Amino acid sequence: MSMTSDRGARPGRRRTVRRPGDITFHGAALASGLTILAILAGVAIFLVVEAAPVLTADPEELTAGGFGRYVLPLIAGTVIASVIAMVVATPVAVGIALFISHYAHRRVGTSVGFVVDLLAAVPSVVFGMWGWQVLAPRMVPLYRWLEANLGFIPVFGSASSTGRTLMTASLVLAVMILPIITSVSREVFLQTPRLHEEAALALGATKWEMIRTAVLPFGMPGVIGGTMLGLGRALGETMAVAIILSPGVFTWVLIDSGNSTIPAEIALNFPEASGLRLSELIGAGLVLFLITLAVNLLARWVVARRADFSGAN
Amino acid sequence: MPTLHRLDTQEGLDHRIDHVRGVVPAPVRPAPRRLGAVLGAVAVATVLLLWLGLDLHLGLAVTGAFLLYLALTYVGFRVAAGARVATDRLMRGLLYGAFVVALLPLCSLLWTVVTLGGARVVNPDFLLQTMNGVTGLHDQATQQQGQLFIGGAYHAIVGTLLITGAATLISVPVGLLTAIYLVEYAGRSRLAHVIRFFVDVMTGIPSIVAGLFAFALWAVVFGIGTKDGMAGAVALSVLMIPTVVRNSEEMLRIVPNELREASLALGVPKWRTIVRVVLPTAASGLASGVTLAIARVIGETAPLLVAVGYARALNTNLLEGPMNTLAVYAYYMFTKPLSPAYRDPSIERAWAAALLLVLVVVALNLSARLIARFFAPTKR
Amino acid sequence: MSKRIDINDLNIYYGSFHAVKDVSMVIEPKSVTAFIGPSGCGKSTFLRTLNRMHEVVPGGRVEGDVLMDGRNLYSRDVDPVDVRREVGMVFQRPNPFPTMSIKENVLAGLRLNSKRMSSSTADELCERALRGANLWSEVKDRLDRPGSGLSGGQQQRLCIARAIAVQPEVILMDEPCSALDPISTLAVEDLIHELKSDYTVVIVTHNMQQAARVSDRTGFFNLEATGKPGHLVEMDDTQRIFNNPGKKATEDYISGRFG
Repeated sequence: MSMTSDRGARPGRRRTVRRPGDITFHGAALASGLTILAILAGVAIFLVVEAAPVLTADPEELTAGGFGRYVLPLIAGTVIASVIAMVVATPVAVGIALFISHYAHRRVGTSVGFVVDLLAAVPSVVFGMWGWQVLAPRMVPLYRWLEANLGFIPVFGSASSTGRTLMTASLVLAVMILPIITSVSREVFLQTPRLHEEAALALGATKWEMIRTAVLPFGMPGVIGGTMLGLGRALGETMAVAIILSPGVFTWVLIDSGNSTIPAEIALNFPEASGLRLSELIGAGLVLFLITLAVNLLARWVVARRADFSGAN
Repeated sequence: MPTLHRLDTQEGLDHRIDHVRGVVPAPVRPAPRRLGAVLGAVAVATVLLLWLGLDLHLGLAVTGAFLLYLALTYVGFRVAAGARVATDRLMRGLLYGAFVVALLPLCSLLWTVVTLGGARVVNPDFLLQTMNGVTGLHDQATQQQGQLFIGGAYHAIVGTLLITGAATLISVPVGLLTAIYLVEYAGRSRLAHVIRFFVDVMTGIPSIVAGLFAFALWAVVFGIGTKDGMAGAVALSVLMIPTVVRNSEEMLRIVPNELREASLALGVPKWRTIVRVVLPTAASGLASGVTLAIARVIGETAPLLVAVGYARALNTNLLEGPMNTLAVYAYYMFTKPLSPAYRDPSIERAWAAALLLVLVVVALNLSARLIARFFAPTKR
Repeated sequence: MSKRIDINDLNIYYGSFHAVKDVSMVIEPKSVTAFIGPSGCGKSTFLRTLNRMHEVVPGGRVEGDVLMDGRNLYSRDVDPVDVRREVGMVFQRPNPFPTMSIKENVLAGLRLNSKRMSSSTADELCERALRGANLWSEVKDRLDRPGSGLSGGQQQRLCIARAIAVQPEVILMDEPCSALDPISTLAVEDLIHELKSDYTVVIVTHNMQQAARVSDRTGFFNLEATGKPGHLVEMDDTQRIFNNPGKKATEDYISGRFG
């Protein structure tokens, strides 16, 4: 690399003539980009403005005698439901992703991919209705069995007779985030360098050994990133929980009614709320925004880090 | 090299890897071909036995048989072909199992939506009536005395189209121009990095937060509690813009640079090159991306619940008063039936609206694929 | 319709990387000038400065003067878009617009600039450009078919037709035959011969025989080492460069001792 000797006294980029059309179009494109920044700033600012009264209000006027005491159980419910969903969905999603990328015939794989995409497209309200009407009643016998046989564990302490529990909601959330984790994992699995795979097979590895030694290590950061994206989605998911769960105060029992999540709490109470209650709900929304933001940034960071050591670039 | 010669001798064979101390040889023997089929047959037989014979719940029967199949597979192949093949087979069984597990809820869901909503959706009255003036008493009369079913989703369909349309009109210019800025102008500049980062952040905004944003914005601008269709469109735009930016960016990026250079070298200004060469070349991909973005937001409930409210009558004015949309309609009919004692008509309306939504979303997804496939510029 | 180009002390950069150093030369009108040299010596980069395409690349920067009939292409009040209308360019790989028909491709330079013209003028222009590119007889029956349906050699001649349809003064060609088979190459070389009666043609080529066949004058570019800037070693009549070069490096390159 030869550097210019006259870095300091660089004669400078010659100013070029620019046409009005170019200036206008460039300006419009730049303005759109800045609009996005403005919208995001707006989201933060307006939520803070509308939630601010909560901070200055007399704690006695708030729902639970203090914003922290109000929002903490909701955070707990949100996180518990989302983590269960993530734990249930991830192995299945990774399995489907491997099935599509390495086991199924190409055409079968493509159509399975399409079906999974369809699953992602189904509106959440429909998932909620399905969970309420189909899944919840079918979960009741299982919950009864869990209560009877594993009731000594706190989370299985008492069983719901309707099935409208945090566990049911979590399972529906698992189905809803399955496509996200699947598609991210499928992408990275398909990017596994062919040479690595063939090297493993040439050494006499069985298909699973090839996957374990070549595909999974390569795809792991992507899978983790996809899982966290799924977690982010589950944290913010509203309608499925709002419809399925029969909400109540926080409890460790997951197979009975009770608990709530931030988005469900907002959706259920917002239409009738006014005054300070409104601010309280918006404040809860702000908390949710911050939590999902943190999770998503972490996910992006993990996925982006992958590019540095994957060896595929 | 003396070692090479020694390979021929008995002594030299010690250098083979499986003779090195610590390396456990794991030979693989060919497995009998029929083993897999036999095990499969055993599994099917188990399902039938458990389900019909012992009258077990079908789901439990299938689960039990699948676990039995996995266990038999592992043991069978371990005996016949060795541990490595057995593990391979076991994992294969699990992966196929994962695939079926994913299909189950989707099939069940589609089946439920079609069977519960199908009858009402094909009735033109449902598509052409609003809920204006319909009360619980009508539902009671319908359910108890078999009177004519009234009340439909016309206002919700119109509301969905208007709000989603307005959101599209906001999102597509902003999203597409941003993508153009990122691909054609900004390159690797710092501002481009910042914008990309915040588009990522925006992708993760929970939909209800987008609704709260629109509500809060309207509260500041028009006064607290103002709800109208436009607020909903703004909320949906917050969700839609990042999708449009990402899809469009990807599509613009795959337009070969050669075409830009060819156009510029003909003395075409940059902006005309973008408008007349780059965009037409990417058109099918862009259209497909926008369609997918619409499909993503058209079924949104939470933000509209918060920002638009709920209307029983037709309201076509985006700037005045609450409106209804299919998703919110389904939610209200399902969770707050007109007559709590006679829920059936309301539930039926909810499922019909849900079916309509699913059909729309599936149609949008399919057309996105078709657009991408059939309108792509022909190569050769 | 052809102009003389004088280049004085041209230095070309990619960001802080000095790609080409201190080039001065004269390009005669109504002639074919060829640039030869090893890969990475900057001959293509240099070619792209003659119609200000170099600055399209992020970080691309040029110092020095390029005078076309005395007017400096790099002076402040010159719009690069106007320069490119006067100096056409043909690229290494044929790049017809995939969304356009053959005819639309030929007229692209005019249409993309929203020039209004009657359909008879358009037909006439199209035919003249295609005839000028020796392509008319092969495509006259399928002018409405996509340009990407042609063979590689036909596509390249379509690109030449597209370039001459804007009626430039100069035509630059960046290794126009390197992606073509021998027969298509021959067709394009014949065309280059004919083009010089109307245009100033500048061609970059990897193929020394091609330079010897088509050009009147040849410039040899070289670089001292990888990472060092390329420079013009010598420039002379093609006959002299190939038979009796003035510099040792040129002789070595031409006789195949390196490159």
